[in-house]
Amino acid sequence: MSIVDTRTPNPKYFIAGATGDWEMVIGMEVHAQVTSEAKLFSGSSTEFGRPPNSNVSFVDAAMPGMLPVINDECVRQAVRTGLGLKAKINKRSVFDRKNYFYPDLPQGYQISQYKDPIVGEGKVLLDLGEDGEVEIGIERLHLEQDAGKSIHDQHPNMSFVDLNRSGVALMEIVSKPDLRSSDEAKAYLSKLRTILRYLGTCDGNMEQGSMRADINVSVRRPGGEFGTRCEIKNVNSVRFAGQAIEYEARRQIDILEDGGVIDQETRLFDPKSGQTRSMRSKEEAHDYRYFPDPDLLPLEFDDAFIDELAAHLPELPDEKSARFIESYGISHYDASVLVADRDSADFFESVAKGRDGKLAANWVINELFGRLNKDGTAVTDSPVSADQLGGIVDLISKGEISGKIAKDLFEIVWSEGGDPAKLVEERGMKQVSDTGAIEKIVDEIIAGNPDQVEKVKDKPGLLGWFVGQVMKQTGGKANPQAVNEILKAKLGLE
Amino acid sequence: MTDLTRLSLKDLRDGIARKDFTSLEATDAYVGAIEAANDKLNAYVAVTADQARAMAKASDERIAKGEGGALEGVPLGIKDLFATKGVHTQAASHILDGFKPEYESTVTANLWGDGAVMLGKLNMDEFAMGSSNETSYYGPVVNPWRGAGGNKDLVPGGSSGGSAAAVSAWLCAGATATDTGGSIRQPAAFTGTVGIKPTYGRCSRWGIVAFASSLDQAGPIARTVEDSAILLQSMAGFDPKDSTSAELAVPDFAAAVERGVKGLTIGVPKEYRMDGMPEEIETLWHQGLEWLKAEGATVKDISLPHTKYALPAYYIVAPAEASSNLARYDGVKYGLRVSGKDITDLYELTRAEGFGREVKRRVMIGTYVLSAGYYDAYYVRAQKVRTLIKKDFEDAFAGGVDAILTPATPSAAFGIADQDLHADPVKMYLNDIFTVTVNMAGLPGIAVPAGKDGQGLPLGLQLIGKPFDEETLFAAGRVIEKSAGQDFTPEKWW
Repeated sequence: MSIVDTRTPNPKYFIAGATGDWEMVIGMEVHAQVTSEAKLFSGSSTEFGRPPNSNVSFVDAAMPGMLPVINDECVRQAVRTGLGLKAKINKRSVFDRKNYFYPDLPQGYQISQYKDPIVGEGKVLLDLGEDGEVEIGIERLHLEQDAGKSIHDQHPNMSFVDLNRSGVALMEIVSKPDLRSSDEAKAYLSKLRTILRYLGTCDGNMEQGSMRADINVSVRRPGGEFGTRCEIKNVNSVRFAGQAIEYEARRQIDILEDGGVIDQETRLFDPKSGQTRSMRSKEEAHDYRYFPDPDLLPLEFDDAFIDELAAHLPELPDEKSARFIESYGISHYDASVLVADRDSADFFESVAKGRDGKLAANWVINELFGRLNKDGTAVTDSPVSADQLGGIVDLISKGEISGKIAKDLFEIVWSEGGDPAKLVEERGMKQVSDTGAIEKIVDEIIAGNPDQVEKVKDKPGLLGWFVGQVMKQTGGKANPQAVNEILKAKLGLE
Repeated sequence: MTDLTRLSLKDLRDGIARKDFTSLEATDAYVGAIEAANDKLNAYVAVTADQARAMAKASDERIAKGEGGALEGVPLGIKDLFATKGVHTQAASHILDGFKPEYESTVTANLWGDGAVMLGKLNMDEFAMGSSNETSYYGPVVNPWRGAGGNKDLVPGGSSGGSAAAVSAWLCAGATATDTGGSIRQPAAFTGTVGIKPTYGRCSRWGIVAFASSLDQAGPIARTVEDSAILLQSMAGFDPKDSTSAELAVPDFAAAVERGVKGLTIGVPKEYRMDGMPEEIETLWHQGLEWLKAEGATVKDISLPHTKYALPAYYIVAPAEASSNLARYDGVKYGLRVSGKDITDLYELTRAEGFGREVKRRVMIGTYVLSAGYYDAYYVRAQKVRTLIKKDFEDAFAGGVDAILTPATPSAAFGIADQDLHADPVKMYLNDIFTVTVNMAGLPGIAVPAGKDGQGLPLGLQLIGKPFDEETLFAAGRVIEKSAGQDFTPEKWW
């Protein structure tokens, strides 16, 4: 594989060293667990959190004479993912065996795809705010089996093995070395996770291990030759990815600036110390002796298979964002916040449909998300439903309640529930737009405050005081616009 | 009363169905024969007498009710390579000590489904690696045949030596066997029995301990062509649990047996005339052609130009797959475990003690040819050779040939512990010179006893057919069998 540098060095990301500036080059191999009922080559359940060794078939345990049979749903998920990554779908791919000994690898080999993966080159767009949008290349995506889990802390001199994960389908999504900062790397991981979640092909739960990243980091002089890379294995959070990259880049720069050379090696990130440490050197690297798995025929499908999946692909974040901006007139920023999570986007859309999009976005992002974040509640568990929030937005739009009253109403709906329109009615929260009633109150205030009436003629800013008085008298329910107009007219401020 | 063990499988089956005698009587006769012979012949590694009698009784009950399958009540021997639920299944290897699977192979399940009775598990070369049945952890099988006037123990061939010996010595009505490079046909030829390796994909490999997945095929060894057709009928069929199994209906093989060869074209490959081939084998080959011609076949000289590369290519492909297939025998999950100071030590000690010399040799060859830097030179080239071998056959068939006649082996059975063969593994490998091409091309091949050498030892001829055209092999094989007109039962000395 020849590596092509697709990026223009951005000084913002340069790392200052003692001998000048440095630039990071980052590529990632993300292992995403395929969302499927059964494992890649067996009928065992993939359910998370079951007691050890309860999701294990004879195939998963590599009993003699057992044979793998491909789970078609995993193939469909991989193709869906490839389509979501705007990638080339390979109608013929091959499963290979990657041979190595490890107790949690019962077969003594992992079934993976080596030379002929199911998905080829694709791309992921990152929205970098003021730096605009950048395209990160995807090298390939292939299907492979997960290994089991070795447990070393249950017995003084024995290890235990849990094969529940053994044989679960993973997609390894390999990026090109197109990332140039830890922020970009984090944005890439987040975006990839968003796409996978939209597609429903991986739940993206990094803390449960459903998504993990092997991160290749090297440093170089800005725009110069690529340096020697180190691979940081099994990073399981976006935040750790950022920390690991920062640490690793600094470590490499220090070595290079001291006149040293980088050894190509595999490293591990320790979240406690925030450091990476060597796991094995290139010399210790395994010879995996890949060869086509003779138990499986090449995986082949036709265009109709791909077209069918493409036809049912959900709208993806980039398309959704563009549509939100176009259809609801919301800002690029608001759109990006809303589409980062499919449930949030769906919630917004339910609120915004047939209503003022900007107002809806404002209420969803600022009021609802703010409140949800404060409580640590997911949008899917929101005590205020999209219908209810829509009702509140309707009341504002129709001028029946003010923004301030709306916030009170939101609190009531949040804690007590109920139909916002009824609540406004029952609790007399309705805005007073009846000009006659307002005029009467205004007249009383003018009559009772002759001093202020005098002053306001020279200091129009005092109008606010009059507005405040009206609001006080009406319990905040007077339509502020009407109050302003009537006051101005009566005080002769026009 | 007649000795029930001396009946052909067909006659035994029909007699049981007619209630001339019971399955239990036949089973008892076989169990008695095994008990009397096994010390000498070592054909069985496990005798399941109780289970056999229980199965026989169940068969007799079905027969009494007017039910019964195609093999109702017929006692069979099962090669130790087939997983049999709750019964010794060790591939004649030390490393699978004590292994009793919780599952039944598809092929044996098919046989039991048709009413067959299991007498026990048959000896074989360890993991089916060998041509003399001397690599078994359970010691060599002794050929029921002896040279005229001699009392020297001969090998029964391998790897299905136990199957061939048991069939030949009336220790079962028929046996399952497997063939990766000649393991059905060569022992059949050495014991005067009929063995057919069907087309790759005809029988499911599910539940058969894997040696070389792309070459392994199950098939029967029986006393007559017709018996082998009846057995294969029951063993074969599509199995969704084996991805390489062919989704094709199984023809009525028994109906093809008496079809004759009139109008068929029999190919004679010039490359099978080896230097130094014993004259009696050359003569037998000509005799076979004459018999076929006499029955109305046409003989045609053909060329299979890549034949000479078949054996070397086989000894790359088969060990490569074996090295990976046997990785699961690591002492962690089942079978033998020799504990050591750490996991690597456990692997090394277990495998050092658990595998015999020949298995180790092939695992090492396989590991070597798949290693980085050697893969292209060995494995990839061997696969190219394989494609060429396949094409040789395709060309011959496209040229109007219906089946190909060759010798089955380059010699008759040789002595146990032959110094010459043990000093040079390649000489031993040459036993499969006429049979490996068939596995490399995935074609069906049958070995039929056709004559005897100067010592009175049986010699076989091999017929090679088009993919999934086993019927022609049964028809032509029957002509050879009939024309030879000899008694291929050994003189009982045990």
